[in-house]
Amino acid sequence: MFAYIVRRFAVAIPTILILIVLSFVLMYSAPGNPFNGEKIPPPEVLANLQAKYGLDQPYWKQITNYVWNVVAHFDFGPSFKYKDRSVNDIIAQGFPVTLTYGFWSFVVAVVVGVSLGVLAAIRHNTWIDYLAVGFSIGAQSLPNFVMAPVLVVVFTLWLGWLPGGGWNGGQWQYIVLPVVALATSYFASIARITRSSMLEVMNAGFIRTAKAKGLPMRRVIWRHALKPAMLPVLSYLGPAFVGMVTGSVVVDAYFSTGGIGQFFVNSAFNRDYSVMMGITILVGVLTIVFNLVVDVLYAWIDPKIRY
Amino acid sequence: MFSNKTTAEDLAGVITAAEVKGRSLWSDAAARFVRNKAAVLGAVVLLAITVFSLFGQYFAVWSNEEIDWSIMGKISQAGAPSFANGHYFGADELGRDLYARTVQGTRISILVGMVGSLVAVVVGTLYGAIAGYFGGRVDNIMMRTVDVLMSIPFMFVLILMLVIFGRSIVMLFIGIGLISWLDMARITRGQTLTIKNKEFVEAAIAVGVSPTMIILRHIVPNLLGIVVVYATLLIPGLIMTESFISFLGLGVQEPMTSLGALIRSGAGQMQFGVIWQLAFPLTFFLVTLFAFTFVGDGLRDALDPKDR
Repeated sequence: MFAYIVRRFAVAIPTILILIVLSFVLMYSAPGNPFNGEKIPPPEVLANLQAKYGLDQPYWKQITNYVWNVVAHFDFGPSFKYKDRSVNDIIAQGFPVTLTYGFWSFVVAVVVGVSLGVLAAIRHNTWIDYLAVGFSIGAQSLPNFVMAPVLVVVFTLWLGWLPGGGWNGGQWQYIVLPVVALATSYFASIARITRSSMLEVMNAGFIRTAKAKGLPMRRVIWRHALKPAMLPVLSYLGPAFVGMVTGSVVVDAYFSTGGIGQFFVNSAFNRDYSVMMGITILVGVLTIVFNLVVDVLYAWIDPKIRY
Repeated sequence: MFSNKTTAEDLAGVITAAEVKGRSLWSDAAARFVRNKAAVLGAVVLLAITVFSLFGQYFAVWSNEEIDWSIMGKISQAGAPSFANGHYFGADELGRDLYARTVQGTRISILVGMVGSLVAVVVGTLYGAIAGYFGGRVDNIMMRTVDVLMSIPFMFVLILMLVIFGRSIVMLFIGIGLISWLDMARITRGQTLTIKNKEFVEAAIAVGVSPTMIILRHIVPNLLGIVVVYATLLIPGLIMTESFISFLGLGVQEPMTSLGALIRSGAGQMQFGVIWQLAFPLTFFLVTLFAFTFVGDGLRDALDPKDR
């Protein structure tokens, strides 16, 4: 087990380094430079500017500097567009917002998805099952960029119950729509996965034994069926996390919540490469760490897996 | 002696004529596919959408760039779908014909899906087959590379690439092609591992066929079933990816459009009472996705022996 965790780390660390180098190379190969805008500064000023941002140094030096700054100091350097802000400032401003509704979306997706799936499985072939399955097939095929406008039409324009955007310090009214938009297709997927794995488990021998020895249904499900049924769900959490992080870009951009996704899109329009790189690397590291945690959890829960 | 030969030839003719028609894997699969109603419906819808996206512009009154000045500024009243003024699907906020734009957007979206899927088929299949066939250290290095590439948040890197190298349809193809083959490589590698231990591969090795020929002639044809299934199931995901980027306004550029870009502009305009701007592209988007998924599921049931 310990050796497995160490091995997983041994894969994760080079992956993060490759990601950092890759985004640096991408940015470096961009045509033009940050200072050849409409007004090209005089040569002395340009030299000073380049010295300030370290652009006068050789290529390999710039790469090692960047990687070292990111790895050792978690410093993504200055923004190219906003003179008074560094990439770290922007991330510090946007990340808590994204984290807040991202966390709630994840909780909603898992809790609603698992309960819906379990309910459908134990009421197999009743109207509850059909309703749950029909609902999740419908919801699964609605990507977040479709959900977001539809939710705003219904709940903001027609019903007028909830604000159609903004953040306002994270009051609950402002969180609801982003969370629903982000979580819908994932809780639908989780519900379908839970249902099918639960159905499989409920037919297993040990469940029959548990029923035969007279355990109440509630106890059979909670003690015996749920844990093995959760394994496929657990392995879906990695992709779901990636999907939600990506989806948060749409949610941020559409609801103007002020999360990192909004900064990412804005900097994409402004060609603010350093901000884009910083956010890409941050998201990549989060993804890799999350997958690591899921894998370790998986190995811990499933006694059959031996590495 | 001559007569002998003729009878032999006659006999041969009789035997060939009477030979029981064999049932290949593919005709078997086709029969199973046809029995699946949802899959057939999906295929028919898909065909209709493809025809619409290829030939729809010949039925349009307006081109996709033309601006109808007579309705500009009063789109919410005069721009509604009508046959009288030739805007079958209505007009967008600039007075351009939504029908022509939907035709074009559908074409681009399907094209992106197809091209990405084609890259996955060619690159992914060969990559997976090579890794699986050679095994050992080659396999290890190749598949660890895939692992590393997979854990990169490709959507962000793709947007980064589009911004750096310019937002063009070619760049979009390259970007989507770069990531689309990863899953395919994993799937075909797994399948190759089981195929390479079969007798016919052993026989090929024994008679001295080169590894390249074994992979191309003996392994890849046996992978085709699973490849077709996953290539079809990949397309909706790629269409979704492209639409996601276009929804953010970072995809194809005007005057070109895609379903995602149309959904974006429809979503931005809907508070002005022009719901058709969202409704038509969204319907085409969802129907296309559903159709591809149904066809893919049908193909899987027909071709993948595991799920039977």
